[in-house]
Amino acid sequence: MDSVSQHNTQQAQRQAAMAVLAHAEAGEIAARLRTISLPGHQDLRAPENGLVMLRGRVGGDGAPFNLGEATVSRAAVRLVSGEVGFGYTLGRNSEKARLIALCDALVQSRDFGAAVERAIIAPLREQLMVRRKRQAEQAAATKVDFYTMVRGEG
Amino acid sequence: MYVAVKGGERAIENAHRLLADARRGDQSVPELSLDQISEQLGLAVDRVMSEGSLYDRELAALAIKQARGDLIEAIFLARAFRATLPRFGASEPVDTGAMRVRRRVSATFKDIPGGQILGPTFDYTHRLLDPSLAEGFVPEAPATSEASTAPTPRVTDILGRDGLIESSPQAEEGATIGDLTREPLNFPADRDLRLQNLARGDEGFLLAMGYSTQRGYGRNHPFVGEIRFGEVEVEFVGEDVGFAVPLGAIELTECQMVNQFKGSATEAPCFTRGYGLAFGQSERKTMSMALVDRALRARELGEEALAPAQDEEFVLSHSDNVQATGFVEHLKLPHYVDFQSELGLLRKLRKEFAEASLEADASDGMKEAAE
Repeated sequence: MDSVSQHNTQQAQRQAAMAVLAHAEAGEIAARLRTISLPGHQDLRAPENGLVMLRGRVGGDGAPFNLGEATVSRAAVRLVSGEVGFGYTLGRNSEKARLIALCDALVQSRDFGAAVERAIIAPLREQLMVRRKRQAEQAAATKVDFYTMVRGEG
Repeated sequence: MYVAVKGGERAIENAHRLLADARRGDQSVPELSLDQISEQLGLAVDRVMSEGSLYDRELAALAIKQARGDLIEAIFLARAFRATLPRFGASEPVDTGAMRVRRRVSATFKDIPGGQILGPTFDYTHRLLDPSLAEGFVPEAPATSEASTAPTPRVTDILGRDGLIESSPQAEEGATIGDLTREPLNFPADRDLRLQNLARGDEGFLLAMGYSTQRGYGRNHPFVGEIRFGEVEVEFVGEDVGFAVPLGAIELTECQMVNQFKGSATEAPCFTRGYGLAFGQSERKTMSMALVDRALRARELGEEALAPAQDEEFVLSHSDNVQATGFVEHLKLPHYVDFQSELGLLRKLRKEFAEASLEADASDGMKEAAE
């Protein structure tokens, strides 16, 4: 594998992990992190709360416009082995941002990448999928089944 | 001119203590938690997030609690909170076509791919007060059925395939996206700024404006092409990270209004569009927004703009309930000096009037005497 596609694969892995972690509770991530023996790490950037302007598109698919802001927390963590992880999440839970940053650093680590996927990301992804499936099934039960009334004698 | 009120400090302090007590109400009644507000008054939270222009359920619930349920006051609090945080940047535009739909209805087509999904709605309820909700109500578990994995394309996309509806305007190369939180609104305003203004505009105001178009003040023959409500993913390109970072999901309501045709010598007639988008489940808001968005396109579509809802300066200058309440409510603050000068002027005018009357009486008297 050349270095560009390797980079793209790692980026896709990190995005996929973040997409799961952003939906998890801080407590769930912390509890699962405790099941692996973590390498030394430190805050590269202390967690910080701020705003991100959320954008929509005219007509859903046209030019972008500013819809309104959302609170976002972010952090950056560095492992002793040098990997730098970033954590971003909607809301103001700075501990969650830090935990996501730590996971992101671990995902990039040769020694911990597989363990993080197995012990943290995969089970949280499973939970998320179960939750989404249940919501989709509840919505599906409210789907209208049209039927045509037969008028007159036929 | 406003005057510092000296000597009011203690009265103000005690008034705020009294407010805190009134806010809490009878202390033998259990206190509301933010979770209770967020979970059980969810649509109030949605409205505060939309019009407060700040997506944060917990903060919106706190604002509602602090404002004693006065939603405009809560919206004011949410807007003020914004100013305390730095802005990291702007998200990638959300893709409502990829929404995990919890409700999705069309009034124009019965059979749409993905189907009509009613979701949690007040529609078709009988609007009779339900005494069983007063206490101890435990709802039945929601029904479930197998969910389809088929995509749910927007109804406007389906109409668009046959060219029956105008396509959405695309961004021009290098165009900046207007932001009225950064620069004051100028007229004429482009569609991006108009939509931002309407998205945070007062629901009641937009409802009245939208309603006025239906009653003939800027009629544009609307149909609900589609309303959808559900979760969309948000991504943000962190400069430090170097790629689009998933931030989690937000709930949005989108309304696509399909309106009567336009066409010209060179273009075949097609339906026109009005668009509404808001945080949370905000159907009345997004429908009103879509009606008003369409009405405000009168100039662009070569229509006569005679009705209030088509007057961009009128609509956009009066849609913001924080601005509106600020200016209306400031009237109750002390205006003693202003009023003193008005009073002085009035006294002078009355004196002049009295003197003029006296003179007139006197000259009438002289006339009578002369006759």
